[in-house]
This record gives sequence, structure tokens and C-alpha cells, in this order.
Amino acid sequence: MSGSLAPADEAGIAAAVLAAAAAGEPLAIEGNGSKAGLLRPVQAARGLSTRGLTGITLYKPAELVLSARAGTPIPQIEAALAEHGQHLIAEPPDTRAVFGSDLPATLGGIVATNLSGPRRIAWGSMRDHVLGVRFVNGQGEVLRSGGRVLKNVTGLDLCKLLAGSHGTLGIMTEITLKVLPAPEASATVAVPVADLAEGVRVLSAGLGSPFGVSGAAVLPEGYEALRGPVALLRIEDFIPSVAYRCGRLAAEFPGAILIEEAASRALWRAIRDLGPLGAAPGEAIWRLSARPSAGAGLAACLGGRALLDWGGGLVWLAAEASEANHRRVMAAAEAASASFTLFRAPDALRAAVPVINAEAAPLAAIAARIKAALDPGLLFNPGRMRAGG
Amino acid sequence: MIRQPDPKPEVLARAPEIVAALRAIVPDGPLGHGVISDARRLKPYETDGLAAYRQPPLAVVLPTTTEQVAALLAYCNRMGVRVVPRGAGTSLSGGALPLADAVVIGMMRMNQILEIDYADRFAVVQAGVTNIGITKAVEAAGFFYAPDPSSQLACMIGGNVMMNSGGAHCLKYGVTANNLLGLTFVSIEGEVIKIGGDHPDAAGLDWLGLITGSEGQLGLVTEVTVRILRGPEGARAMLAAFDGNEVAGQAVDAIIGSGIIPVALEFMDRPAIHACEAFAHAGYPLDAEAMLIIEVEGSVAEQDDMLARIRDICAQFNPISMKVAESAEQSAAIWKGRKGAFGAVGRISPDYLCMDGTIPTSQLPFTLRRIGEMSADYGLQVANIFHAGDGNLHPLIMFDANDADSFVRAEKFGADILRLCVEVGGCLTGEHGVGVEKRDLMGVQFTARELDQQRALKTAFDPQWLLNPSKVFPLDGLPASASMPMAAE
Ligand SMILES: Cc1cc2nc3c(=O)[nH]c(=O)nc-3n(C[C@H](O)[C@H](O)[C@H](O)COP(=O)(O)OP(=O)(O)OC[C@H]3O[C@@H](n4cnc5c(N)ncnc54)[C@H](O)[C@@H]3O)c2cc1C
Ligand SMILES: Cc1cc2nc3c(=O)[nH]c(=O)nc-3n(C[C@H](O)[C@H](O)[C@H](O)COP(=O)(O)OP(=O)(O)OC[C@H]3O[C@@H](n4cnc5c(N)ncnc54)[C@H](O)[C@@H]3O)c2cc1C
Repeated sequence: MSGSLAPADEAGIAAAVLAAAAAGEPLAIEGNGSKAGLLRPVQAARGLSTRGLTGITLYKPAELVLSARAGTPIPQIEAALAEHGQHLIAEPPDTRAVFGSDLPATLGGIVATNLSGPRRIAWGSMRDHVLGVRFVNGQGEVLRSGGRVLKNVTGLDLCKLLAGSHGTLGIMTEITLKVLPAPEASATVAVPVADLAEGVRVLSAGLGSPFGVSGAAVLPEGYEALRGPVALLRIEDFIPSVAYRCGRLAAEFPGAILIEEAASRALWRAIRDLGPLGAAPGEAIWRLSARPSAGAGLAACLGGRALLDWGGGLVWLAAEASEANHRRVMAAAEAASASFTLFRAPDALRAAVPVINAEAAPLAAIAARIKAALDPGLLFNPGRMRAGG
Repeated sequence: MIRQPDPKPEVLARAPEIVAALRAIVPDGPLGHGVISDARRLKPYETDGLAAYRQPPLAVVLPTTTEQVAALLAYCNRMGVRVVPRGAGTSLSGGALPLADAVVIGMMRMNQILEIDYADRFAVVQAGVTNIGITKAVEAAGFFYAPDPSSQLACMIGGNVMMNSGGAHCLKYGVTANNLLGLTFVSIEGEVIKIGGDHPDAAGLDWLGLITGSEGQLGLVTEVTVRILRGPEGARAMLAAFDGNEVAGQAVDAIIGSGIIPVALEFMDRPAIHACEAFAHAGYPLDAEAMLIIEVEGSVAEQDDMLARIRDICAQFNPISMKVAESAEQSAAIWKGRKGAFGAVGRISPDYLCMDGTIPTSQLPFTLRRIGEMSADYGLQVANIFHAGDGNLHPLIMFDANDADSFVRAEKFGADILRLCVEVGGCLTGEHGVGVEKRDLMGVQFTARELDQQRALKTAFDPQWLLNPSKVFPLDGLPASASMPMAAE
């Protein structure tokens, strides 16, 4: 790539797209441009970054809405919300440690990858809370979808289409999110279990209880003094509710212990950021989404390190970055009707294998027409999601 | 009045042949006729919840399997026949209104619950299962399906998916889109496609998100995988009555600002309170200008704690009265008026239009004041019911269907309210969809290019524009492939 552009405003992004369209030169779309590698390596003449588009443009705590330019770093948004006792509902991860990058994720990057943390199981994903977007399409036009109100079904929902499209359909320049009050208290019931399958059963029991569990994970390697697998159930609420609900949950599981406040918060931050996965620097990381009861089986498919979140349905795996391992993960995903993503791996592996599930042929045809509608010059992130697309 | 495109003469001319072909795909069976084409029995299908508009279709087909739906769509696509999908026909925006040359595909016979998994917390149901039917199937185990439109006894999950329907409890639990995991989707070419699955956030493009709320524009849905949730230990409601819309709005802001997200937070203005009280005898305060219904969940002690906090907050806004339900029965009585609100208004005025804009909640006092002024200008009564937590307004405009002028004024009044919603930062529809009703207002919210971009997405799924055409998108500006001529007025 011959360098990266970082215009200071939306008009600059649109102009850069028009120039690229005129030159017929594809663009690698970036937020803060973490270079370690996302999905498949993109073949593009230039990078185009939204990192110059920063700042919160609207924040109405009583209306539960916040808008910010797409390049705004997530920590800046979190800090602004914290001042009013609010938070990002989907608890997006901070993947700096996992990817060894020093720049924080931008709002655009997190939405474009639809990355959500442990709270997703109870409160929905990043895309669930995108109320509106402004974006630049492949013809350099600035368009909007959604808006700034909490309920809106007007027209086709391009917000959801763009969220999770990994920058292949449009460049988001401003995003409006629903936010919520941050809970007053957080605590975790930790249950030692014999194996991952029992752990998932504990999570199912917890999530099937009336106590509003907002995090449900299994740590295969234990937690502090607890050796061996531990199932974790988090409650976040007002102080009296957290005490009451944790008490009721703990009573259901013999041997359960309580992890309170600061320790609970630190624990879930670590889970969110994949700390307990303990992936070694050279290892690949896979992410699978499946029905929770398939989680324990998937976690064992490589015999390597694993971490289970979302009640067991989100499986993180770390192992040697080899094509053989990847084929094993794909086969296990296929057998469990799971969704897989090769989350971290050296360029060579990511270029050589499918990094996400194949698309059914009729959908692939529709996807190609959608791509042509939004990005007719095929400028944005060619080859990012799948080879040739 | 909203104009509809001309029927395709070549389709009308071949009606008998088309009906015969449909019959071959969906023969008569134990449940009755597979295809309906005689005028008398088409009658129930000629309208939906927007009853001011009526149009019998060419035929109605009632498939029982996904394979039949696929064969029907492949046939219609081949023959260039328009298709109007239909669930229970409760759409308030005319989403299921037929066209004279269209085949209505009615999903009501696909009403089976296919799988329930409590450990993994999902259910797979056919598109014609009613919304309440899902909760009924899982409630013995303590579970429920969260989105709860007031029409939940009748409306079907396929219709809910296509309208992305909401309900009073969506403030906490989200709308339909937030409670889906997967779909069986049939394209206009007749391809059966699995979208999503039994787990969230499949990798790749968010087809589920794009299809949800697409109002039958992109394809048919035959099966839906929904998240089911374990219900709380209990729930209880309270009423708070105020002497002005403004203070009631401030109380809403203060509750949310305090960090409490009630499961439901509903607002009614004076005319709505009076209509509902006359109907339900719920003990609503008739001296109030505005009333809030607030519901919290949890154990009894948690409910007490939360209701005490909310009472304290409301007390700062000079309430006329507050009433906390002491039992489940009292809660049910409080809800009875709200849930029957549309019926209640129907008793004062047999004909009404139910509007559905959303506004930023801070704009509530201004918006209600403007609606009051418009009501006087148009000489039509209006009752306001409002999902206060999320700003979704439901003004019910009362008119007299026997008086053509009164209907014309009601439609204009409704359009003005929706324009106002957009002006103050909101949108045309929060949960009822665009349908035919708001189609011609889309230009108020979107630019021509934004509409083109949305139309291009439809074209990607439905190149000939056969699926529920003449809904959602204004008719001028359609792509040539849509071929939707209209007679001059
Ligand atoms: C499969 C996968 C692989 C990942 N790999 C890495 C990695 O290698 N390094 C890393 O640090 N984090 C990675 N992450 C984590 C996550 O992407 C980052 O935390 C976050 O996206 C980084 O924000 P950023 O601003 O740096 O985005 P970037 O890394 O610059 O971009 C992330 C993706 O989003 C797109 N994008 C960014 N901004 C916009 C926008 N405004 N509009 C449209 N599209 C946009 C990009 O084209 C890219 O595909 C990965 C996540 C996933 C799901
Ligand atoms: C009294 C009353 C109260 C209401 N309260 C609420 C409320 O609280 N919240 C709310 O959101 N809505 C409410 N509604 C509106 C309405 O009930 C919803 O929009 C509902 O989701 C429609 O479902 P239905 O099965 O009746 O669908 P229909 O009205 O038959 O169809 C709705 C749309 O979906 C399409 N469609 C239906 N089924 C399928 C399918 N299987 N595949 C593809 N397309 C399909 C149709 O073509 C149409 O465009 C209310 C309506 C009434 C009459």
C-alpha cells in the first residue's frame, strides 16, 4: 500500500472515495488501523482512515442516546458516559493486548466488526444498539440510515447491514448508539465444576433462573484459589438486588463462592478482553458462536486452550496457527452448525483459508448485488470477508 | 387517499390459468381450500388493520409447508405475478393490503411450534404462530418471548419479524430484532435459505438484521428461531398522575436519569385516560392531564425497593395522585386500561387512525402542545398514548368514516404529526412500519439518494419488484425494472 489517508472530516472521506473511484483504486478502510490482521488481508492501493473524524456530537443521558464521529476512540466514549453513570451496553472488548497494538479501537471499528463482550448474552450485541449511522458509499455520497431515537422502523435497516460488514459496504462517519445507566453494583457467583460440559450446564441453570444473569462464562483453568474449571454467573443491578440475587444463585450450587465488586468487575473485564484464554503470542485465535450446549464439545476440538462466554455459546480457542488446526475448527463448526471466525493468525494463514463460514449460494448472489448497489466500483476492502469478495 | 399502481393487464388476463397453477402447488387439504379465488371468500383478505383501504387480490393461497412457499414464489417470479405476504393482517400501516393483480400468500396455516430448547433458550416456530402462542408454549417452564405488541393475541411471528414489532415491555427487553436468532427465508426465486441459526451473531453480513423490519419487501419468512427468556420472579405496576404533560415528561426524564430502567413506562394524556377508564374501569385518575404507568420486576422486596425509589422521584413533580399496585390483580387492573386502549378509543369513535412516530423524549411537551393545536385546527379529537421511555408516540385520531371530508382531514392531520416527529429529531414510524400509510412521507425523512440506496437493496433481492410492491417506497423514483405504471389522476 502506498500510504494511508486520514481526512479530518466527512467531506474529506467522501472526496477520497471519489478520487479512488476515479482512479479505479481500491481502498483499505481503517479506523485506528490495527495492522495485526483482520479477517483476510486486503489488496488495496491505499488506506483510508476515519481516525481524523473524532468527537462526541450529541449526548443526551436522559434520552439514552449518544452520537460520535466514527474515529472517536472507544475509551473516550466510555469516559464521557461514565461521567453520567452510563455505559456501552454491549461491553465491547479492548483487544489491544490480544493484538499487541497500542492504539485503542475506534467506534467505527467496533461497530464495523460487531464485537460485543459478555453482556451480549443478556442485553444484546453492538449492532443491537446502533440507532443511526451516517456513511459514505462507494460513489462518495453521504447517506444516513436510522436516526437518533430509540425506536425506529422507517425503511430498510442499513445500520444493521453496515454493522458487522467489516468496512466492505460503506464507510461509517458518525454513529448513534443507545446507551444505558451503568449498574450500581456487580458481583459474581463462581461455581467449581468437574468439566466444561458441567460448567455449561451451570450457566444454563443460571441463565434459566429468574435472576437476570448478565454474564455467564466458564474458565477452564480456574480462578485464583479455585483450581480446575469454574463456571461464573454475574449479576449487575442496584446494591440490594445484587446481594439478594447472588445469594439465591449461590444457594443453588454447592461449593459456590462470591466474587464481589472490584474483583468481579476486573474479572469480567479480563474475560471481555480474552485474558483468561492465555493465547501465546504466536498462536492463532478462533471465535465460534454456537448453541450453548455445543460449547463444551467445540472447546475440545483442538485440545488446546479455550474460554467459554455467552452461556457457553461463544467459544474462544487458542492453538498453533496451522492450516490443519483451522480445518479441524471448520469441521467442528460445521458439525455443530456453528459460526466460526479465524480471529487472529499470521497473514499467510488468513490468506490461505476461509476465515469465516461460506455463504449459501443464493445469498452469495444477493450479497454480490448488494455490494454492487453500495460500492459499484468494488473499492472498499476487497477480499476482506471472503476470497474474491 | 393513497394511490395504488395499475394492475398488470397481462396478469389479470391470465387469472384462471394462474389460479389453476397455484392450486396445483397448494391443493385443497384437510384444513380446507389451498387457494381462494371467489369474490365472497376473498373478502376477509381485502384489508388489514388499516381498514380505510380495501382491495381484493387476484387470489389467496394458504400454504402449509416451506416447500410450497418456495414453489409459489418461483412460479410467481417466473410469471411476473405480484405477491403480498400476509400474517394475521393486523398491520396498522396497510402492510398487508392486497393489489388487484397480486397473489396473497397467507401464512396462518403454518402455525406449528417445531422445537423448544430451554437449556439453550430458543424456540423454532413457523411464521404463522401467534406472538402470544410462543409465550403460551413456554410459560409453564417459566419462560416467555419478550416483545409483546398489544395485538399479540392475533398477530403472527412472521408479521412481527417483517414489522420489527415492539410492545410495552420493549424498553427493557428490546424489540423483535433484538430477540431473533435465525430465520428460514424464501427468496422470490424460490430458494430456501437459512439465515442466522440457533445462536447469535453469525459471522458474515447481518442478513437477519436487514430482513427484520423489511415489511415483506425482500422475501417470505416461513420459520423463525426466537430467543426465549426466563421470566422474573414477579412484576408490579404503579400509576402516577400529573396536572400537565410537561411535568409528566420531566418525571420520565428523572426516572431514567436516576439509573432506573423500568420494564415498562407508558404515558397517557387526558383524552386517553378518559377513554380507557370508561372502557376498563381501571380506577384511572379522571382529574389528571397526564398519567404514567410504570412497571418494575423482581422479588417482592425488590419491587418494593424500586417502586419506593420511583415514588420518591415522581413526588418531586407535584403528582395529583399515585397508586402502587399491592397485588398482581391490581397490576392487571392498571394494565387493563392501557392494553385495551385502542378498543376504548374505538368505543368513543368507531373510526380512528393510530399514528406511530417516535420523538426524542425531551421534545414531548412541545410535540404534545403542537398536536393539541393541530387537533383544534383540523376539528378532530386526538388521544395520545405513548411508550414514554423510548419516545414512541401513538396519537389516535378520531374521525367519522361516513364523512369523507373527516377522513381526508384525519389523514392530513396524521401526516402533519409525522412531519412534526421528523422535525423535532424523530422518525415516521417506531413500530408499525411504513406500509402504504406512510409511503408518500418517506421523502420527509430521507433524501432521494437515501431512498434510491434502499430501493437498490430491495432490487438486489427482488429484481422485478414483485414482493409487496407499492409499499414502503414512494412510487415515483422506482427503478425501471419495477414496472409500476399508474393511471393519471
Ligand atoms: C475477525 C476479527 C479480527 C480482528 N483483528 C484485529 C487485529 O488484527 N488487530 C486489532 O487490533 N484488532 C482486531 N480485531 C478487533 C477489533 O477489530 C478492534 O478492536 C477494533 O475494530 C479496532 O478498531 P480500529 O478503529 O482500530 O479498527 P480497524 O482495525 O482499523 O478496523 C476494523 C475493521 O472495521 C472496518 N472499519 C473501521 N472503521 C470503519 C468505519 N468507520 N466504517 C466502516 N468500516 C470501518 C475496517 O475496514 C476493518 O475491517 C479483530 C476483530 C475481529 C472481529
Ligand atoms: C389493536 C392493535 C394493536 C397493535 N399493537 C401493536 C404494538 O403494540 N406494537 C407493534 O409493534 N405493533 C402493533 N400493532 C401492529 C401489528 O399488530 C404488527 O405490525 C404485527 O407485527 C403484524 O403482524 P401480522 O401477523 O398481523 O402481520 P400482517 O399485518 O399480516 O403483515 C405485516 C407485514 O408483514 C408482511 N408479512 C407478514 N407475514 C410475513 C411472512 N411470513 N413473510 C414475509 N412477510 C410477511 C406483510 O406483507 C406485511 O407487510 C397493533 C395492531 C393492532 C390492530
